[in-house]
Amino acid sequence: MLKTFSKGGIHPPENKLTSTKTIKRLAPPKVVYVPIAQHIGIPAEIIVDRKDKVEIGQVIAKSGGFVSSNIHSPVAGTVTKLDMVIDSSGYKKQCIVIRTDVKNETNFQETEYPLKKEIDLEPAEIVKRISDLGIVGLGGATFPSHVKLNIKEDKKMDCLIINGVECEPYLTADHRLMLEKGEEIIVGIKILMKALHVHKAVIGIEDNKHDAVELFKRLTADEKEIQVAALQVKYPQGGEKQLISAILDREVPKNGLPMDVGVVVNNVGTIFAIYQAIQHNKPLIERVVTVTGKKLENPSNFWVKIGTPIKDLIEEVGGMPEGTRKIINGGPMMGKAIKNTDVPVTKGTSGILIVDDGEACRGEVKNCIRCGECVNVCPMGLEPHLLMNLTEKGLYEKAAQEDIMTCIECGSCSYVCPSNRPLLDYIRFGKNITKNLASSKN
Amino acid sequence: MDSPPIVISASPHVHSERTSKKIMYDVVIALVPAFLVSLYVFGFNALITTSIAIISCLLFEYLIQKYLMKTEVTITDGSALLTGLLLAFNVPAGLPIWMIIVGSLVAIGIAKLSFGGLGFNVFNPALVGRVFLLICFPVQMTLWPMAVVNNTTIADAVSGATTLGIIKEGLQFGGTMTELSAKLPSSVDMLLGITGGSLGEMSAIALLLGGLYLMIRKVISWHIPVTILLTMAIMTGIFWSIDPEHYANPLIHLLSGGAILGAFFMATDMVTSPMTKKGMVIFAIGIGAITVIIRLYGAYPEGISFAILIMNAFVPLINSYFKPRRFGSKIKAKIM
Repeated sequence: MLKTFSKGGIHPPENKLTSTKTIKRLAPPKVVYVPIAQHIGIPAEIIVDRKDKVEIGQVIAKSGGFVSSNIHSPVAGTVTKLDMVIDSSGYKKQCIVIRTDVKNETNFQETEYPLKKEIDLEPAEIVKRISDLGIVGLGGATFPSHVKLNIKEDKKMDCLIINGVECEPYLTADHRLMLEKGEEIIVGIKILMKALHVHKAVIGIEDNKHDAVELFKRLTADEKEIQVAALQVKYPQGGEKQLISAILDREVPKNGLPMDVGVVVNNVGTIFAIYQAIQHNKPLIERVVTVTGKKLENPSNFWVKIGTPIKDLIEEVGGMPEGTRKIINGGPMMGKAIKNTDVPVTKGTSGILIVDDGEACRGEVKNCIRCGECVNVCPMGLEPHLLMNLTEKGLYEKAAQEDIMTCIECGSCSYVCPSNRPLLDYIRFGKNITKNLASSKN
Repeated sequence: MDSPPIVISASPHVHSERTSKKIMYDVVIALVPAFLVSLYVFGFNALITTSIAIISCLLFEYLIQKYLMKTEVTITDGSALLTGLLLAFNVPAGLPIWMIIVGSLVAIGIAKLSFGGLGFNVFNPALVGRVFLLICFPVQMTLWPMAVVNNTTIADAVSGATTLGIIKEGLQFGGTMTELSAKLPSSVDMLLGITGGSLGEMSAIALLLGGLYLMIRKVISWHIPVTILLTMAIMTGIFWSIDPEHYANPLIHLLSGGAILGAFFMATDMVTSPMTKKGMVIFAIGIGAITVIIRLYGAYPEGISFAILIMNAFVPLINSYFKPRRFGSKIKAKIM
């Protein structure tokens, strides 16, 4: 029996259309739109001006605080505008617009480096480099990576977990990266183990990626400190708390962090970015993006420069198909629906999913038949039907007592509800109000 | 623009295939084997009773929603159909037609719609209908028809000829189980359904088959039915082992009356049963215990309908006491 997390979970159709497609490198776009808020925390501060010439990898916006991150130019070119551009949230956000210099060769150089195994940097230097080169969590939460590595002195760490779960249907960016950059990822793991002073690392991979499990088992055959854990296929196993529960059978306490149970979790994409930063001094200016959908001509995985408009990627896979109803930035379970295809790829964009009528539309909302399925599938042990009910009635304090704030917004409840009730919509709403109420009290 | 507009909505963007309608029709499918047995045993009467119950339940739902409540009509969601079917299963085949109609009106009008419709009813509508009829028309409701199949050792044609009825009456008049055993149908007959009883409750095998289907389709979990039957088996087992002459053995109790129909189809009604597995077990223990107490000491030979309705009333309380274990409440692991 394969391992999995302790409570709830669902198994939506996997639809991994692109799992056999090698990651293709795209030519740099003519113009990139680089938002200054691509990570959780304080937005970066712009340090370039209109008409400035920038080199590829040059810092163009400086970290605005501890929980923040540097932003580097993805291309060599000229800053044309500092403008407000709609990002995947649907709101206009501050962006640095750079026109790519088509004559500059550095824009077209293949950025493939030879494998470098020796780790020269000391732990403190590793953390500083990760912070300087703008590495954030690439699994989707975009939490600045150096923050996770700053372990408070009273906390004891004993395990690094590498998240290769990719439990979102359709997405294959992490899967392909694991297959194509396995050795680099192993070096990246060792870098983080050195920085964290831990002697145990576990790579968690769901068993639907059997080739990746086999590859990592082979790569770690001689590594005593790195293990591979094949996990049962179950959503939301890629959630940090669920993954720790699946691999180590430890539960992160309510309102706690992974470090409270001695663990740091990093996504495989982040590990690869860290490898490139530490071994080749390369900032985070590109990432793997899966562009997929059942009606697309040629769904693919791409290496994409940060700031590339999404419409460029859609062109690359054969254009927007007839009858498209939804464009999703991310996977179908937690991604954000967007309307405007000028939205740029950011550090947190793991996929673009195009869906048509059949998948996009919500069914008619019916009465709750109290089947309890939302309670069964909730990975946090909550009662979604109750939280929705309390929010609907405006009983936010009661909802807070029922632990509404611990909801991880995985959407399993809305997914299974046989009456199509918008459980997560209401819970999100309730969480927001509860948060505002709490902050207005302080 | 010809192409449909792009939709924006919050995640998740996909939905499982499961709908309330599919759940309702799954239960209907699960009841088919037991219905076929009743057709075989009671013939045309079973068909009439069932059709009348279903048609009047659908009709009352339509009329009340359309003309009285002036709300959306929901007769296609399968729930009224299921209520009708289950009501028919819980009355003797060949009950006078007007009584079936009254039962349907009580089930749909009072037990379901006056509470606010599907999802808001506290009590199982079909059982409310049945119990209403049982209290108003005790004679007709316990007039068990002769089975059509006469070539088997059928329960005798006297009224009250269900297994539990024979036992209750026999013991009241000072009989012992040994004396009564000759009058009782064999375990095999009870398993197959060649015995007296309500329209759909006789054949244990057909009902278990349906119950198994519901479990495979994940419409119900094992918690409620297994716990009810286990509680009944243990309780009747204790009485029987103390005094086998005055108490029937657990097997007779499980195979007779509405035990299996109630455990698999009536108590598992989603709307009127608890949400969590823990709650379901408590709920089911209550049903099992009350059923046994009524069977052994009550005025009625069978008590599972009352037991389910009584425990239905406790469901809100059970839901607020037996919550799922929150993630993160597990005792902290040791960090090496």
